[in-house]
Amino acid sequence: METGLRTAAYIAATILFILSLRGLSSQVTARKGNIYGMLGMGIAIIATLTCSGLDAFVPILIALVVGGAIGARMAQTVAMTAMPQLVALLHSFVGLAAVLVGFATYLAQTKTGSVFEIEIFVDVFIGAITLTGSILAYLKLKGSVSGRPLLLPGRHLLNLVLVTSAVGLGYLFVQGTGTEGLWQLIAMSLIACVLGAHLVAAIGGADMPVVVSMLNSYSGWTASAAGFMLGNDLLIVTGALVGSSGAILSIIMCRAMNRSIWNVIFGGFGSDSGKSPAPSTDAAPEGDIQETQVDEVVERLAAAKSVVIVPGYGMAVARAQHKVHEMTEILRDRGANVRFAIHPVAGRLPGHMNVLLAEANVPYDIVLEMDEINDDLPDTDVVLVIGANDIVNPGAETDESSPIYGMPVLQVWESRFVVIMKRSRATGYAGVDNPLFYRDSAHMLFGDAGTSMDGIVAELRAMAPAGAGA
Amino acid sequence: MKIGIPRETHPGERRVAASPAAVARYLKLGFEVTVEADAGAGASYPDEKYIEAGASIVSGDAAFGESDVVLKVRAPRELEGGAHEVDRIREGATLISFLFPAQAEDEIERLRARGITTLAVDQIPRITRAQKMDALSSTANIAGYRAVVEASNEFGSFFTGQFTAAGKVPPARVLVIGAGVAGLAAIGAARGLGAIVRAFDTRESVRDQIKSLGGEFLTVQIEESGEGGGGYAKTMSKEFIEAEMALFREQAKDIDIVITTALIPGKKAPTLWTKDMVETMRPGSVVVDLAAEQGGNCEGTVPGERTVVDGVVILGYTDLASRMANVASDLYGTNLAHLLDELGGAEGYSIDHENEVVRCALITEKGEIMWPPPKRPEPTPAAKPPEATKAAPPAPARPAAKAPTKSHGHGPAEPSEAAGKFSPLSIVFMVVLAAIWAGLRLQPTASGLDPKAGEFLQHLTVFVLACFVGWQVVWNVTPALHTPLMSVTNAISGIIVVGGLLLATAEAGNAAAWVGAIAVLFATINVVGGFQVTRRMLRMFRK
Repeated sequence: METGLRTAAYIAATILFILSLRGLSSQVTARKGNIYGMLGMGIAIIATLTCSGLDAFVPILIALVVGGAIGARMAQTVAMTAMPQLVALLHSFVGLAAVLVGFATYLAQTKTGSVFEIEIFVDVFIGAITLTGSILAYLKLKGSVSGRPLLLPGRHLLNLVLVTSAVGLGYLFVQGTGTEGLWQLIAMSLIACVLGAHLVAAIGGADMPVVVSMLNSYSGWTASAAGFMLGNDLLIVTGALVGSSGAILSIIMCRAMNRSIWNVIFGGFGSDSGKSPAPSTDAAPEGDIQETQVDEVVERLAAAKSVVIVPGYGMAVARAQHKVHEMTEILRDRGANVRFAIHPVAGRLPGHMNVLLAEANVPYDIVLEMDEINDDLPDTDVVLVIGANDIVNPGAETDESSPIYGMPVLQVWESRFVVIMKRSRATGYAGVDNPLFYRDSAHMLFGDAGTSMDGIVAELRAMAPAGAGA
Repeated sequence: MKIGIPRETHPGERRVAASPAAVARYLKLGFEVTVEADAGAGASYPDEKYIEAGASIVSGDAAFGESDVVLKVRAPRELEGGAHEVDRIREGATLISFLFPAQAEDEIERLRARGITTLAVDQIPRITRAQKMDALSSTANIAGYRAVVEASNEFGSFFTGQFTAAGKVPPARVLVIGAGVAGLAAIGAARGLGAIVRAFDTRESVRDQIKSLGGEFLTVQIEESGEGGGGYAKTMSKEFIEAEMALFREQAKDIDIVITTALIPGKKAPTLWTKDMVETMRPGSVVVDLAAEQGGNCEGTVPGERTVVDGVVILGYTDLASRMANVASDLYGTNLAHLLDELGGAEGYSIDHENEVVRCALITEKGEIMWPPPKRPEPTPAAKPPEATKAAPPAPARPAAKAPTKSHGHGPAEPSEAAGKFSPLSIVFMVVLAAIWAGLRLQPTASGLDPKAGEFLQHLTVFVLACFVGWQVVWNVTPALHTPLMSVTNAISGIIVVGGLLLATAEAGNAAAWVGAIAVLFATINVVGGFQVTRRMLRMFRK
């Protein structure tokens, strides 16, 4: 009877999780979706607790309370700009938990048999990869580790050796009886840890959205593997949901960059040796960069009827989203049509820019996707590119030698006046020169995006509001 | 090839199928151009200007009978004395003009019998590519502008509000019904004169266009889109029309000038401005009915006439474009030049049935009636650009700039289509799973297979199903919510907490229990942190 009750609770939790994902399909239902998720999780935990013995109640309660407190505190204090780091860090916890559960299951020896042992092995393997991969991604996003890809010589071979030795250890592990195989399990965990870190190390900063969503996917598969191990359908289903969700996000991100997922995971920019230096010879754009000043930008903005803002990671770094919103409101009050153009891989997380703009209270109906706005760009008076580079690079469409050739980009150069806010003349993450800067319509506004935005907002405020009849 | 431009014979028609500037365009396309003497007189284009542009002036019979392509404004008509214009055209020649085939059976039959190839400019589809040939739009634009001018002529006061020493004059209030091309032109013209302009349309998508011209968008509080095909509105439900009428009655008390432009293709124009509304209006008010030719939107409209009902002037003029014959002829001529260019100019001239624009406009050819054209998927109106590009299956000539994507091997499908297709990755994934399953299945159970394999298969089934569900559900997530999606899935993947709990409870006292408890600790951080941060993020999204 008790198991029956628990099964029912698990089914309810599963359905709630599905509803939760479904709820996220639009902004209107998203909050409800999140609540469904919480309910599902609550039901799952309570059902598990009440339907098993409560002998270890105290340590569990302590674990739940302490874990909950830490989680809540992290979530409350994190700045929206630091969201990518937090997400990556949270993934590592799932990996860690999975590894621990795997070890505990093995030590407990509840069941035996080779299938069961393989399941443990796979769970720990994926868990460990997720753990170190996420930690490295966290450090990269935080800036503690350089975002440049680490490309060891023969790294494919290294990966292969690591995987093969893990499989070999797995064979020995299955041969052992009782807890004899423990050392193989530990050795394999270490190998998987190295593998996870190495995989992420080889991926460049611009590919971070893909990495984070891949890790998201891994954390799901880990949970699923744990479900196989424990014979628990709730874990399997939930893990599979999360796993496919992460996989889909990775695919979407890769499509947005016109690269295959294998290329992102194993490639890394600049790895097509000899290809990336080439642009410097033939594609070195001709002409000069035109610099502009805040007052000219303000003048243009004040006269513009339609303005498109293209935010990138630079806006997140400068925390300029609130100033951008302020400017948007001023311009809208003056009657201009202000919209935001979001490239799918802008920022370091899928949908990163949308979250930042939402934080700054920008209404989501003026925030458009690339496909929605590209056709309107030729009729746009002013485009403000705030800390974005590769996603507005015309070379992606014309220059076959460019490493980002074929990636769909925002065609900002089609508009009448483009202002590019940039800290310096440096290239973007992809390390590619941007011919956009040399176009006639392009004007560079060097300096910190936050400071520049402050200047623009202040000058716009100082201007007399456009008269109704004028 | 020779183009002939005859004089229009329809009474009151002042336009002509080409201005001297348009003649220059035809010549550039390689055509030889002949113009009937005095053809442009009504549009203030004297014959000398045509000669200067490079045309030769000929008789009417020559313009009709000796040309390969006859360009006209109005459909050919029966002349006084029983002769018909169609019979003046050389057999096998081409006629390009307005025709409105639904109301021109007789003319079509005559054209067919004479073996004339007929292209009706009013049938050119309203797709982006054909905009430059869209004579209906250029005519409607002129009509909308002229409607305001005619109204101001009848209206006994200023359009713009004035404060004078002799007192204050309020601005005129103009209501435009139907914000198509003509309606928008009327809004712009009335705003330009300083009036307060309100505009009504059943299509929500024109709200921004009305606003951009300085008009105020009036709407009915009923959820129903009037989006029909080809930039037109469709017929609305009864409830909607009742609400709409109530709104108009309310407006009638307040409005000085009403300009109605509501047309539904192939049907009589809907009656929107009823007799009692006319009576409610102040004497001296003006109604301009641009739908007069199709029966009129206003009760009391007499097509082609000015009538006065209870002191309210109702203008049912059907020749508004002709009243601005000069510019109308010039724009029409330019539309025709683009159409001739579409047909290949003089060099590559051909009637290409594969060309959507040409096929739609084609009415008769080689003794056959070609109208109506075979059904094509209805293009969504250009008024809604983002959806329009997605919905119209024969994507009309993608911008060349996107070409590299295609040339790139397995170039990705359109992101919007992606939802429906399986990616190679997922196919690989499915195949691998199927292989594992089959492998385990085929292994004879007698050979001492682990009894756990059966259980494993059961779990595998659940797993595959769950992947499938996840796959279906997640594609619907809007890109703007990808970050919340990640954090919520992150929280959900904390379900591993259940594994920790099971171990910690079942193995109480063992080392395994302690390891399990630690796992619970970390997983809980994830669960609480993930949900909490999602909640924080979602709270920020506002409309």
